[in-house]
Amino acid sequence: MSKRLIYLDNNATTPTDPRVVEAMLPYFYEHPGNAASKNHPFGWVAEDAVDTGRKQIADLIGVDAKEVIFTSGATEADNLALKGVFEMYSRKGNHIITLKTEHKAVLDSCKKIEKMGGEVTYLDVQPNGLVDLKELEAAITDKTILISIMWANNETGVIQDMRAIGEICEKHGVLLMSDATQAVGKIPVFPKEVGVHLMAFSAHKMYGPKGIGALFVNRKNPRVKVTAQIHGGGHERGMRSGTLNVPGIVGFGKAAEIARQEMKDEMQRLAGLRDKLENGLMKLEETYINGAVESRMPHVTNISFKHVEGEGLMMTFNEDIGVSSGSACTSASLEPSYVLIALGLGDDLAHSSIRFSLGRFTTEEDIDVAIREVSRGVQHMRDLSPIWEMYKEGIDLDKVVWQEH
Amino acid sequence: MAYSEKLLDHFKNPRNVGTLDKNASDTGTGLVGAPECGDVMRLQIKVDPSTKTIVDAKFKTFGCGSAIASSSLATEWLKGKTVDEALAIDNMAIVEELALPPVKIHCSVLAEDAIKMAINDYKKKNA
Repeated sequence: MSKRLIYLDNNATTPTDPRVVEAMLPYFYEHPGNAASKNHPFGWVAEDAVDTGRKQIADLIGVDAKEVIFTSGATEADNLALKGVFEMYSRKGNHIITLKTEHKAVLDSCKKIEKMGGEVTYLDVQPNGLVDLKELEAAITDKTILISIMWANNETGVIQDMRAIGEICEKHGVLLMSDATQAVGKIPVFPKEVGVHLMAFSAHKMYGPKGIGALFVNRKNPRVKVTAQIHGGGHERGMRSGTLNVPGIVGFGKAAEIARQEMKDEMQRLAGLRDKLENGLMKLEETYINGAVESRMPHVTNISFKHVEGEGLMMTFNEDIGVSSGSACTSASLEPSYVLIALGLGDDLAHSSIRFSLGRFTTEEDIDVAIREVSRGVQHMRDLSPIWEMYKEGIDLDKVVWQEH
Repeated sequence: MAYSEKLLDHFKNPRNVGTLDKNASDTGTGLVGAPECGDVMRLQIKVDPSTKTIVDAKFKTFGCGSAIASSSLATEWLKGKTVDEALAIDNMAIVEELALPPVKIHCSVLAEDAIKMAINDYKKKNA
């Protein structure tokens, strides 16, 4: 019997649901048309498919279909929202407020905006990962045009209080943008209800295909516009040119429809499995959950196993289980997760963190295996760890003079 | 990234894991790295005073797979060498033996540093 690999890295990307793949297939060969070809049936069929997909996506987030602008993914949507607002509203001001725990697509766009003459405030978060609302409000100046705060964090799953943030933005007449890539399709996300004016998200985090995403742009009260960042034909109401990815949009739409129908049950099922995983692993000594447990995505847990290095730990089980680590050793940067550091974790705990993100195809058996294998891995790594031995001997590790290299 | 068979073998079946009495006069201890940097390596040697030969070596490492494999390999190489021969162990030999990727070369440097520090500790005690 071949061994089934267990995938617990659904925040990185999700498998495409077979129902989504099936919906997409006719749009590769049978219906090859360009949605912008207005003069023959090939174009009409493609345009209909795009309209249907746009409607399915709009219905998932409770907006008008005209407010959905297709992009290549959430990264492009983040870029379009931030740079597009900065250019469009430059006469009103040049100040943007965001968080240190945002995704790099937001942070790197902000860095670019600073080079273009913008001013950006990067706010700290509280130890639970939530923004301090008083601090947020105090950071607003008469030059502030936009606040950009992610709906749910990719590393910790912490969900921000978007309604309260929306009220602050409303009070001060500031636009609110949210990177909701990790939230859309997984939990109820209704930007209009909470006063979010722009929202980036993508298909591949919700069991749709890679290479397609969207930016929600509010059309009324207020009417929001962004300056296009990609030019060539004026597609998507002039905000994003380029031939529409018809099979991608069909798949995105189908994924949205499935998410809308199954979300309620799925949230419950995943929270149950996540809690089981968490309870199983928390039986290990010196194990800590990172981020606010009371305001968290149902399928995510981020855990630090003290005195165990994250990448080494992953190597003990990565032939069977795929997860992510906030350890520097997993990335080219050699810096541990900036998100966990922003939560106030020491570098040592950040190096010791593992993110488990469950998904639609995760089974209870997967969780049983994960608890067993990860526990075994932590034990193996602690048996090897000199600092675990020192800790067990009662040595205060903060007082040791380390030979940094 | 894919690791070499040798590296994976040292990681899964680490050799010479353990602790020697750091206060004994015939041992030397090297402790390098810092928890904040994501790796701490402790390498210990036990030396036969008459022949200056390393008769035992032990390690414990907090770190990634490459750091653990580098220190495991180092203990294997240390055993049977005289302290002066051991001082000649070069980190690039570890890189080659384990086929460490460029981002992991610092693990081999750490192992070399730990070897040198352990030998210095022994020499200081027996000066």
